[in-house]
Amino acid sequence: MLSQESRAQIEENAKRFPSAKSAILNALYVVQNEEGFVAEDGMQEIAELLGMPYTDVEAVATFYTLFQKQPAGKYRLDVCTTLTCSLLGAEHLIDYLYKKLGIKVDETTPDGMFTLRAVQCLGDCGNAPVMMVGDAYYDNLTPEKLDGILDELRRKAGESG
Amino acid sequence: MRILFKHLDVPDIDNIDVYIREGGYSALEKAIKQMKPEEVTDVVTKSGLRGRGGAGFPTGKKWEYIPKDPNLKKYLCCNADESEPGTFKDRELMLRNPHQLIEGMIICCYAISAERAFIYIRGEYVEPLRKMEQALSEARDRGYIGENILGSGFNVQIQMYRGAGAYIAGEESALLNSLEGQRGEPRLRPPFPAIKGLYAGPTVINNVETLANVPHIINNGAEWFTKIGTEKSPGTKIFSVSGHVNKPGNYELPMGVTARELIFEHAGGIPGGKRVKAFIPGGSSVPMLTEEHLDVQLAYETLQAAGSMLGSAGFMVLNEDTCIVRATWNMAKFYEHESCGKCTPCREGTLWMREMLESIEEGTGKIGYIDRLVDVAKNIDGRSFCGLGDASAQPVVSSIKYFRDEYEAHIKEGKCPFGGWEGHG
Ligand SMILES: Cc1cc2nc3c(=O)[nH]c(=O)nc-3n(C[C@H](O)[C@H](O)[C@H](O)COP(=O)(O)O)c2cc1C
Ligand code: SF4
Ligand code: FES
Repeated sequence: MLSQESRAQIEENAKRFPSAKSAILNALYVVQNEEGFVAEDGMQEIAELLGMPYTDVEAVATFYTLFQKQPAGKYRLDVCTTLTCSLLGAEHLIDYLYKKLGIKVDETTPDGMFTLRAVQCLGDCGNAPVMMVGDAYYDNLTPEKLDGILDELRRKAGESG
Repeated sequence: MRILFKHLDVPDIDNIDVYIREGGYSALEKAIKQMKPEEVTDVVTKSGLRGRGGAGFPTGKKWEYIPKDPNLKKYLCCNADESEPGTFKDRELMLRNPHQLIEGMIICCYAISAERAFIYIRGEYVEPLRKMEQALSEARDRGYIGENILGSGFNVQIQMYRGAGAYIAGEESALLNSLEGQRGEPRLRPPFPAIKGLYAGPTVINNVETLANVPHIINNGAEWFTKIGTEKSPGTKIFSVSGHVNKPGNYELPMGVTARELIFEHAGGIPGGKRVKAFIPGGSSVPMLTEEHLDVQLAYETLQAAGSMLGSAGFMVLNEDTCIVRATWNMAKFYEHESCGKCTPCREGTLWMREMLESIEEGTGKIGYIDRLVDVAKNIDGRSFCGLGDASAQPVVSSIKYFRDEYEAHIKEGKCPFGGWEGHG
């Protein structure tokens, strides 16, 4: 069951559109923020709040890559592997992360901290290679820079418990 | 010559007070106080402004198609999905100067009598999204957005809409479906969005850069604009330059600049003094060109004459050490991943192309694959439901046209002559 705040947020946002259905992507983000991923119970609640069939909610949720359908690590490392990033070393970064964290693309570290993903162009090719973690972009990446970023994320995770 | 980026060195131009001090929102005042909606559209038509999102459709004409019937609810959707590989200009336009876009949007709404507008922004662009939200709220507080703006009796509401990761949602009819809460799949046309678009109302869909040009055209006039760039491609263009160059980044230059000037005078040339093997002038959806084309002017008509397209002006440079097969395989993976699966030529074709390219790159390809690739690509191009299918064919056909020998070398040697990607960084 979603929190009262999340439910209210979904309902409030639905009022901002000529049709409540338009609020579905926002609602899926709200669920993902609260639960870490989007699963059946969350989609059921959205269906009920927005007054649409469950199958429609599911059809939309599975269409978009930013919705995490299974539990994932605390931080998702979305490394861009499209052309410019690839020309400038994205595959080397993926290799480096494999050596460092022991995970391949689409795998999660045993401590549940990181999930590695290869994603398509992030629209920041001028600073390639690029990676997105949560809402933040990290660019002009090198293995050394990755070390620093992973340490910083671990520290942050430690603080938030 | 900078128009859209002329304020880049003004500190805090993203703040509404600074924007106004620099002359911002004066075009809106001029449009609303001194011009009729049709006159605004007329100036945009006469300026020759063409869509900057990829297709290059004349902007004024698009606005003219909107029916005048006051009983119809009309909409403007700004396309800020920016997912074309190699393109990163709209991101900078929104981050650096959000009010320029907002002003352009309000003027467009006035011209087409739309009271509601949306900015559909790709889900990954959280920072630009926040920047735009902040700017929209400033514009509301100043009365540029809302009821009865500038005492004109005209109302307008602008709202952000965050996508969630799908390249196809940038295709205009898929964007409308996505915004309506459906799967972001393209719609059958006709009806065109100008007649039946968002929530079945007449709808204009324009790219961020297109709309950002509008205040400048209203302020300076159509004739001023036509004097910049080339005759058929007036104005400037922001080229997003990336890949093997010393100074990647966004460069705003008059249309008609040559590829050579862009690479060597603006983007600092190629690292290590290497040669250009190929460049892709308009995002991965347009045919690649080669070193021999460096003197081609970058504009709609000249690139077309050279066998490519201006597209989104996502300009990617590949140096002499780059394996073309691998680069093409990389692009094929993108289209296979992003195909929405609605129609067979694209769904199946993008998969076959990726598979064949992968085998060739990995040394298990057969000589017949080269012609098969061209066949498959030509069967997708023009036969698919939307532009994504057509786009997926371009890297394949153009790379084989110019670099067939590299394909053959992979197959004959049974491996990548460049040793894969290693050493090409
Ligand atoms: C597969 C596909 C993806 C597209 N992605 C974008 C995009 O991200 N941004 C954009 O402005 N136009 C994109 N377009 C072009 C739009 O369909 C449309 O032509 C454009 O937004 C119209 O605006 P304009 O006339 O101002 O260029 C895409 C087209 C296709 C076929
Ligand atoms: S061409 Fe591709 S992306 Fe477009 S509708 Fe067909 S399957 Fe979908
Ligand atoms: S190719 Fe990686 S951000 Fe565009």
